[in-house]
Amino acid sequence: MDEMLAKHPTLADFFRQIGIEDFATFASLEEVLRSYPESHFEHYGLDRATVRETFDAFVHRMEGLKDEAQAKVQSIVVLGGYDKSGREEVARIEFVPGEIVCVVGPTGSGKSRLLADIECLAQGDTPTGRRILVNGQAPDHCRRHSSEHKLVAQLSQNMNFVLDLSVGEFVALHAESRMLPDPVAATQLVVACANDLAGEKFVADTSVTQLSGGQSRALMIADTALLSPLPVVLIDEIENAGVDRKKALSLLVKGEKIVLMSTHDPLLALMGTRRMVIENGGIKRVLTTSDEERSHLSYLERWDRGVLRLRDVLRGGGRIEGREWECFEKAISSSN
Amino acid sequence: MTMLVTVSGPPSSGKTSIIIKTVSALRRDGLDAGVVKFDCLSTVDGGLYEKAGIQAAVGLSGNLCPDHFFASNVEESLAWGQQRGLPLVLVESAGLCNRCSPHIKGILAICVIDCLAGVSTPKKIGPMLKLADAVVISKGDIVSQAEREVMAFRTKQANPKASIIAVNGITGQGAGALALLIRQGAAPQASIHGSRLRFSMPMALCSYCLGETKLGEEFQRGYVRKVDWCKGNGVVGG
Repeated sequence: MDEMLAKHPTLADFFRQIGIEDFATFASLEEVLRSYPESHFEHYGLDRATVRETFDAFVHRMEGLKDEAQAKVQSIVVLGGYDKSGREEVARIEFVPGEIVCVVGPTGSGKSRLLADIECLAQGDTPTGRRILVNGQAPDHCRRHSSEHKLVAQLSQNMNFVLDLSVGEFVALHAESRMLPDPVAATQLVVACANDLAGEKFVADTSVTQLSGGQSRALMIADTALLSPLPVVLIDEIENAGVDRKKALSLLVKGEKIVLMSTHDPLLALMGTRRMVIENGGIKRVLTTSDEERSHLSYLERWDRGVLRLRDVLRGGGRIEGREWECFEKAISSSN
Repeated sequence: MTMLVTVSGPPSSGKTSIIIKTVSALRRDGLDAGVVKFDCLSTVDGGLYEKAGIQAAVGLSGNLCPDHFFASNVEESLAWGQQRGLPLVLVESAGLCNRCSPHIKGILAICVIDCLAGVSTPKKIGPMLKLADAVVISKGDIVSQAEREVMAFRTKQANPKASIIAVNGITGQGAGALALLIRQGAAPQASIHGSRLRFSMPMALCSYCLGETKLGEEFQRGYVRKVDWCKGNGVVGG
């Protein structure tokens, strides 16, 4: 038993969930089963045979999770379908790890639909008729249809933390579920990164449900970047979140993830290497961010920092006039 | 011959919405399905199915243990579908206690849980989740990526053999995957007379309270209540 527990620490959870705490004192599963009356297992809706069977399956599955070197994704390809009027859209777009591609278009144009098609690895079976290829091939059934073989992590404005735990406990829970060798260090790293992204700092003892909008977004981004094993991240409109957007994106692509981001924010749109323009439900065109656009980006960033500064002045009870305004004008007009 | 599938899960986990989306995905592939809904005191779900154009029957257990009521009526649920010529019947039962055990040996068994119920839910539910063939996790769109991943991990720990499918009952995302699992996993049944439950039910006051697991009228003793298949407690819709 000691050997088993050393190899699979999560076996402790297996025994705890059937009300057995002294599992480590036994030599084998059989001995555990003998030491508890049948009625003990009945209480948990099990019998000995089922416990035995489940134990084997548990060990097998946990081994599988460990071994599964996260499927390497070299590319994702979207083969175009049709827009809402049935017209063909852009035929083929390919994404590679470390790349940020933006999705732009008016509200209701179909940006979320595109992200949903990628999330479910559509094979001509969604309203758009799009097909998604992974490493140049149509994904097999297994990959498409079971949660454990998913490729895509999602971040959106609608997502919240519902667990009532502290930030530290919460991240540790995620790290444990990944069966990382050092969950404590992983937790510290995520909390530090999240603080680096958030406008207002928070500590590991803060309850996740008490985080501000910006703090929880920062924690979600840092956690997804550092702890989620999934190689593709879809971001649905996180612009108003009060996080350092540039740092957040570079954290995500540093992990060699493919990042697709639906946005209305010019700053974010220009941070992408390319952007897909969605109109009437279809991909109208794909634009590569030009050198001129990139040069405007640094101006926009100055402007953005200036506005953030004004925000701080306002929040600190100051006035946006006189010296403060001059500072702002100077900041945005200074040449590259 | 009609296929039978049991769908169970805690109240408000999204069973009805998920079944409606899944039936429409099944229909796109040319497979029609009816639903028998078991509930406790009252339900509006019969109306929801009717609105979605799905043939449905409702059985209310009233003051009986809903689980025992289910075991006493599931055989007739299959017959109901057969009489209507439905190729597939989904039997929906609210897991009103976490100890309930509605799954039948040889019949595809699905358990629905939701992300809002918290990550300890998989641990808390008994045979309904632990002995299911597939666990559907709903409401993933409103929690964080971390919570989705922890929920899936905990479910794997509680039932290492089950397939795990994320389905969104509002948008229908994932319903296609569940429909595929049903088409591949459900087998046509002439009868489930004499079939066994996967696990004994929690105890109450009838023959099933004494550990009976066989289905069929001759195995039912004590306080057994039958759906009135002709009256309002029986058939709605279709």
